Amino acid sequence: MTPGSIPSQRPAAVRLGAALALVGLVPLLAAALGRPVASGAAGLAVAYLPLFAGALLLAVGPHLGRSGGVDHGGTMRDPFRSRRWPAWVLAVLLTGFYTLVYWWPRHLDGLVRQLDPLAFALSRQPASEWFLYGLWYTLAVFVMGARMALRHRGNPYQQWRTGSVVFFQLAFGFLIPQILRAFQQPEFYFTYFWPLKKEYLFPADLAGLVAGGGLGVFMAVWGVVAALLATPVLTWAFGKRWYCSWICGCGGLAETAGDPFRHLSDKSRAAWRFERWSIHLTLVAVIGVTALVFASHFAGGGGVLGAMSGTATRLYGFVVGAVLSGVVGVGFYPLLGSRVWCRYFCPQAAILGIIQRFFSRFRITTNGGQCISCGNCSTYCEMGIDVRAYAQRGENIVRASCVGCGLCAAVCPRGVLKLENGPVGDRFSGPTTLENSGKLTP
Amino acid sequence: MQVVIIGNGIAGVTTALALRKRRRDWGITLISGESDAFFARTALMYVFMGQMRLKDTQPYEPHVWQEKRIERVRGWVTHLDVASRRVRLDDGRTVAWDKLVIATGSTPNRFGWPGETLEGVQGLYTLQDLETLERAAKDARRAVVVGGGLIGVELAEMLHARGLPVTLLARESAYWNNALPSEEAALVTAVVRGAGIDLRLSTGLAFIEGDACGRATAAVDTSGARHEAEIVGLTAGVRPNLSAVSGAGLETGRGIRVDSLLRTSIPDVWACGDCAELVEPGAPPLAPGRVEQLWYTGRMQGEICGANVAGETLAYDRGIWFNSARFFDLDWHTYGHVPAALDPPDAALRQAVWMDAPRRRLLRIVERDGAVIGMNSLGLRQRQAVWTRWIAEGRGARDIVAHLDEAVFEPEFTGRLAPVVAATLKEQMV
Repeated sequence: MTPGSIPSQRPAAVRLGAALALVGLVPLLAAALGRPVASGAAGLAVAYLPLFAGALLLAVGPHLGRSGGVDHGGTMRDPFRSRRWPAWVLAVLLTGFYTLVYWWPRHLDGLVRQLDPLAFALSRQPASEWFLYGLWYTLAVFVMGARMALRHRGNPYQQWRTGSVVFFQLAFGFLIPQILRAFQQPEFYFTYFWPLKKEYLFPADLAGLVAGGGLGVFMAVWGVVAALLATPVLTWAFGKRWYCSWICGCGGLAETAGDPFRHLSDKSRAAWRFERWSIHLTLVAVIGVTALVFASHFAGGGGVLGAMSGTATRLYGFVVGAVLSGVVGVGFYPLLGSRVWCRYFCPQAAILGIIQRFFSRFRITTNGGQCISCGNCSTYCEMGIDVRAYAQRGENIVRASCVGCGLCAAVCPRGVLKLENGPVGDRFSGPTTLENSGKLTP
Repeated sequence: MQVVIIGNGIAGVTTALALRKRRRDWGITLISGESDAFFARTALMYVFMGQMRLKDTQPYEPHVWQEKRIERVRGWVTHLDVASRRVRLDDGRTVAWDKLVIATGSTPNRFGWPGETLEGVQGLYTLQDLETLERAAKDARRAVVVGGGLIGVELAEMLHARGLPVTLLARESAYWNNALPSEEAALVTAVVRGAGIDLRLSTGLAFIEGDACGRATAAVDTSGARHEAEIVGLTAGVRPNLSAVSGAGLETGRGIRVDSLLRTSIPDVWACGDCAELVEPGAPPLAPGRVEQLWYTGRMQGEICGANVAGETLAYDRGIWFNSARFFDLDWHTYGHVPAALDPPDAALRQAVWMDAPRRRLLRIVERDGAVIGMNSLGLRQRQAVWTRWIAEGRGARDIVAHLDEAVFEPEFTGRLAPVVAATLKEQMV
């Protein structure tokens, strides 16, 4: 950049991206209204190719040509990211989409039919509203993942982690389950386990998989081993981040599409008090539902117990599965931040958090007394952890809710924070400021 | 017992919290003219750049003050009366104290430049400075920043991020080479210029031109070049803010003179942070003391001050010196003592430098009499605890170079750099 010059506010890539997105939006809306501009693969391509290219350019455009280093300047003035009316519009659109997918999918029929060619190619079956949802979800993770990786060039942790969530969503969250259907196999998600995918430990579901033989047996064993063995062992070794910000699809969306909204998480003590109740109550609920399902299964499945377990499963599915993880969890991104579901309600995060807090090798190390209390770390913590409260005392950060996204370390202007694994015993110690060093005790 | 603390910056607030920890039943009052709530001055730049809200810069939620029973009084202290143990505020109120802590911080230096009182000419230290700058930036088209230190580059970055072309005037021949060795200064110079700042070296401010309404229109440098600007930022350092204590009878030099227990010349009055001048034990009267104007020294002095006000007798010892800063996206850390480029040559010093100019990374080790006394790093994050231990133990450079891996604080998955650095440094030490 020449001396005295200033960066352009709207690079050419962004303008081109906006134009392409508009070009793609027309056939998409036409299809949504039941009047597709073309049929078959052409109808799909004419909408999705320009939309995808346009979205990609819009997402990465502002970050092209920068020298590196994360730039969060302007975040608090961006109307989409500071809870002004565009954020509310976005939230209404997102919650509206979730509401339609869950309860009124017939209104999405035009969009779903447009995807039939792709659905047939992958699964040899017509598209459904869930195929539409999965495709949009995956595209969002991919496009915003590219933005995230570009934005964090120079930080290998961020790049590997972003690559990982994009890969797991694309392969295990979308393509593999569809391809399994093409081969008349169960639509199985290898990257979700009990309790997030509670059915994967339900006796009837396990029996169903095993009855299918071959791959089904493998899936059943996979689900049990992942939930009961891999989860504690990996969390002990790496902290909950191995799942929440490297593999999980919910985490994947939060870390990519949700990244622009991460600072909106509530950092107050009141929010922390609410969180501790809400997340552990959800965990208790899912354990209760699972216990009921087991009891009912081994009691023969019918009677009062069977009815209770059916009702409990449906109620949990509605409140937790649909409302909290979907409508609220993603729909409220622009208002409450990207990790509302993960922080307040996800039962998987609750279990991983308990292991992380009490038995894990993971910690965020605070680098001596160098913290300047600026608060960038707390501001950009998507889980609402007051990271600064620890850093300014020279304490390491060991918190159940930390998903190990590493943004606190990336935004720190003084190189004070580092995510790392080490012996469980010394994670709370480490360098401290004067106040904690014992120097003050005469 | 009523303790009054003037100033709710990092030193004053830390004093209050350290004191409350020890004395549950004493009254503690924090007086500030600047703000109701303690905020991190270090983060003002991020507020201006839209990266944080002012609320985000406050390290403690409001309930902390209630629960710790720290009373906050808003007002500027205009007079300190030692005989009657009272302070008077600008609105005429008085506050009585049994013990007093002065933590009034700094005030920006001005050198009597013609035009320095014009509208649009300002420093960046207080919340009010930020508000003034926010208003000025709305109509400004260009900016000039005067001063070749850390705040100068921060102010340049702030204005540049808001879309203003910035000219930065620095007296030195390379950026901040009165504090940095020449390789580091060259790297920082390249980063500042690479970011798009019009950096003019070996020049200073001559005068500022204004229009008929008293608004700044241009800055003229000592080479005679005229730079149009509606904002002229003055960042030529800060000095202790003594406005609240003038005429009170406290012994002052550059700052409020205190001993190693942070006691002033008057009983039951302490001073800490930027405004304090630390006089070495046994130093002759009037010999200049040390003024430390860093965030962490303010915090450490506050911790010591709070303990001593509570009745302990703890000497302030900041330990091995360290400092850090960021020049745009280039991190700088220093531990121990590293002489600047402008210092006279010292035959007893041996230095080794590893540098990767294209990727803007550097590591320097300084050794004297077989013991490492300091290091500088640019673009590399290192562990403070490890380096300060090495320096405190008097470890030799060869020994340290063989253990560089222990000090790495880079993000995970960063390639292993230590062997490359170590090889270069070893070569230079032969």
